[in-house]
Amino acid sequence: MTEKTGFFGRLRERLGKTRTGLVDGVRAVLGTRPKLDAETIEDLEALLIQADVGVQTAAEILERLRETAREKRLASSDDIVAALKALLLEILEPGDHTLSWTADPPPHVTLVTGVNGSGKTTTIGKLASKLKAEGKNVIIGAADTFRAAASDQLEVWCERAGVPIVKLHAGADPAAVAHDAVQAGLTRKADCVIIDTAGRLHTKINLMEELKKLYRVVAKLQPGAPHEILLVLDATTGQNGLQQARKFTETMHVTGIVLTKLDGTAKGGIVIAIQKELGIPIKYIGVGEGIDDLQPFSPRDFIDALFS
Amino acid sequence: MFETLTEKLNSAFKSLRGQGRLTEKNIADGLQEIRRALLEADVNYKVVKQFIADVEAAAVGQEVIKSVHPAQQVVKIVHDELVKIMGGANAPLKVSDMPPTIIMMVGLQGQGKTTTTGKLAVHLKKKGRKPLLVAADVYRPAAVKQLEVVAQQAGVEFFGLGTGVDPVDICVMAQGEAQMRGCDTILLDTAGRLHVDDQMMAEVRKIAQAVKPHEILFVANATTGQDAVNSAKQFKDNLPLTGVILTQMDGDARGGAAISLISVTGCPIKFVGTGEKLDALDAFHPERMAGQILGMGDIVSFVEKAQEVVDQEKAIKFQEKARKADWNLEDFLSQMQEVKKLGSIGDLMKKIPGMSQMMGGQEMDFDDGDMKHIEAIIHSMTTEERQRPKIIAAGRRRRIADGSGTTLAEVNRLLKDFDKSRKLMKDMMKRGGKGGKRGGPFGGGRGMPMMGMH
Ligand SMILES: Nc1nc2c(ncn2[C@@H]2O[C@H](COP(=O)(O)OP(=O)(O)OP(=O)(O)O)[C@@H](O)[C@H]2O)c(=O)[nH]1
Ligand SMILES: [Mg+2]
Repeated sequence: MTEKTGFFGRLRERLGKTRTGLVDGVRAVLGTRPKLDAETIEDLEALLIQADVGVQTAAEILERLRETAREKRLASSDDIVAALKALLLEILEPGDHTLSWTADPPPHVTLVTGVNGSGKTTTIGKLASKLKAEGKNVIIGAADTFRAAASDQLEVWCERAGVPIVKLHAGADPAAVAHDAVQAGLTRKADCVIIDTAGRLHTKINLMEELKKLYRVVAKLQPGAPHEILLVLDATTGQNGLQQARKFTETMHVTGIVLTKLDGTAKGGIVIAIQKELGIPIKYIGVGEGIDDLQPFSPRDFIDALFS
Repeated sequence: MFETLTEKLNSAFKSLRGQGRLTEKNIADGLQEIRRALLEADVNYKVVKQFIADVEAAAVGQEVIKSVHPAQQVVKIVHDELVKIMGGANAPLKVSDMPPTIIMMVGLQGQGKTTTTGKLAVHLKKKGRKPLLVAADVYRPAAVKQLEVVAQQAGVEFFGLGTGVDPVDICVMAQGEAQMRGCDTILLDTAGRLHVDDQMMAEVRKIAQAVKPHEILFVANATTGQDAVNSAKQFKDNLPLTGVILTQMDGDARGGAAISLISVTGCPIKFVGTGEKLDALDAFHPERMAGQILGMGDIVSFVEKAQEVVDQEKAIKFQEKARKADWNLEDFLSQMQEVKKLGSIGDLMKKIPGMSQMMGGQEMDFDDGDMKHIEAIIHSMTTEERQRPKIIAAGRRRRIADGSGTTLAEVNRLLKDFDKSRKLMKDMMKRGGKGGKRGGPFGGGRGMPMMGMH
């Protein structure tokens, strides 16, 4: 179907050009043009957009970069890169990037949500293992009763992590599972309960209502619960990630984001737009399918990776 | 707060009205808006760049179509280019002359391959085929079990060897299994993998070489961002992909990844996933997708029709005349002729507020016979009579009826219609205020009935 000389041919040429890293790109740009002129701005914009930061957010950041460059009379490429990184850090640094552990008395109840396939179950497996290694008593609730073999999948992770699972039969009320899990956490005096939920698109009102019900049931059992609501976001997600974050925060107070699949080539820049608009901090990043492939989020490292 | 692309383009192209041709300069702002729309929809940056260059080339030099707003004209060019890239008619799944037909599902993790495999099974089953679902993902916990449950839900055959066997062997053995069970189609559900994972990419290559699938479908989420080009390219370089399936189209993603995926793989989108249930698999509609990516409804088909028929210049002249109250029978005639041309899209025009009044009569659907009589009557008048209809008294009417071979009643009715139309024109000009500036019935994209969002 492809015409070699048509759109595809021309595009392949364009894509074929060796991809340079962001920093190299910036330096190359600034090396020849020390001032932050329109063309340079456009090239920087290209670098941000290709990291999924988004047109609007990129434009706003670059506008501020322009101001900074003018005020501080920045000329060298190193200075401009540093200024840009500082601006990004200003957005990403605020907030608590660790689990809050506010539950008093325990257990600290964490709800894990997100759209289908974002990496919720895998993240829970990794997180459980991490917390267990820190000496915490963890209980997992299998509240995804919808997807085929969802609880089997979670069960394997629980075995790997060496933590107990609370589950009901397929098709059971997710809120009932959450209830039982938190109840088990209370009786067994666990340090934390992590609840896996079924993937759901933020646009499905009934599924978001189901989540609210689960939330209410948990809140009734344990004061302040759920203490943590993690939104799991796939790093390959584009601009829709912002919409997802908006809708999930509208539904319940999301306390943090877990950005998964950063072991690929996607940069996950949409989290910059998310934190800028909604102020939700990123707490963890997923960097593989192994049980140890969950890392605490470091704004600096993330920004450096954005530029690599 | 939220403007549609067309609205943004309207303001970007405000100055364009009245200019004869689209030029690099006068469409620059508009192209900027289009670029933005495409990037917001997640079309890859480089793909957008190429695309905008192409659109510019296609647009520059085109005459500004008098009947439509330049913004809409450019939107149409953009839309057509998008549709062209995304391919025309639906590409059906291949069926091998020598069964079984082998379909292999590949992609990154968490894209919905397993669910989509089940959906394809249901789709094929409905067509009278007998699919065998093969669990070739031995890595993700409970992936085998998941496919087994899906197969059960779909009511089709399932084949798995647990997690202790090499996926290549599983896929090879599935062929004999299909023969034994009388299955004519094999669906291989492979593990999700990263395009940069050399070992895992080598594995899919091996599977493909071993079983030579008739279809290798790349499954990708509609929410995928800029990185779509990188992953798709790697898969394309490793495997002879034959198609793409775009999942999670039931959400609110604009789905610009579709353009990136098609551009990079050179493969058509064969299906889209529109829900979690196994029957939520739809054919791909390039037109609909183009509208969704641009964030607009079906304005394009409207523009298409309008540009064939309406002469905007004349419409403006009518307005001018009406405002100056020198609306005469000659104008009336040529207006009627315009309306006549519009007959073919009468339904469409009726939907446009003010359109039928604008065109001088409530009855849009008169036939050829009527038109001939009207023409004959007006042609039988003297120039003075046409320009100053007031002077046409009873005696003149008789003469005109005789001269045109019509009846007195017909002449009377025509004059009455004319009077009505003149009053309407006057009314409209009063209500419209700054009539000249509105630029006629096609002036604003806003409020046009066909422009709803998807
Ligand atoms: N490479 C990579 N793969 C990941 C990562 N996190 C999750 N995955 C994979 O992504 C796929 C989906 O992960 P799941 O944990 O099942 O996602 P989920 O959100 O629970 O999915 P649903 O419950 O079906 O909505 C699996 O194949 C995981 O192995 C990551 O950080 N890196
Ligand atoms: Mg899950």
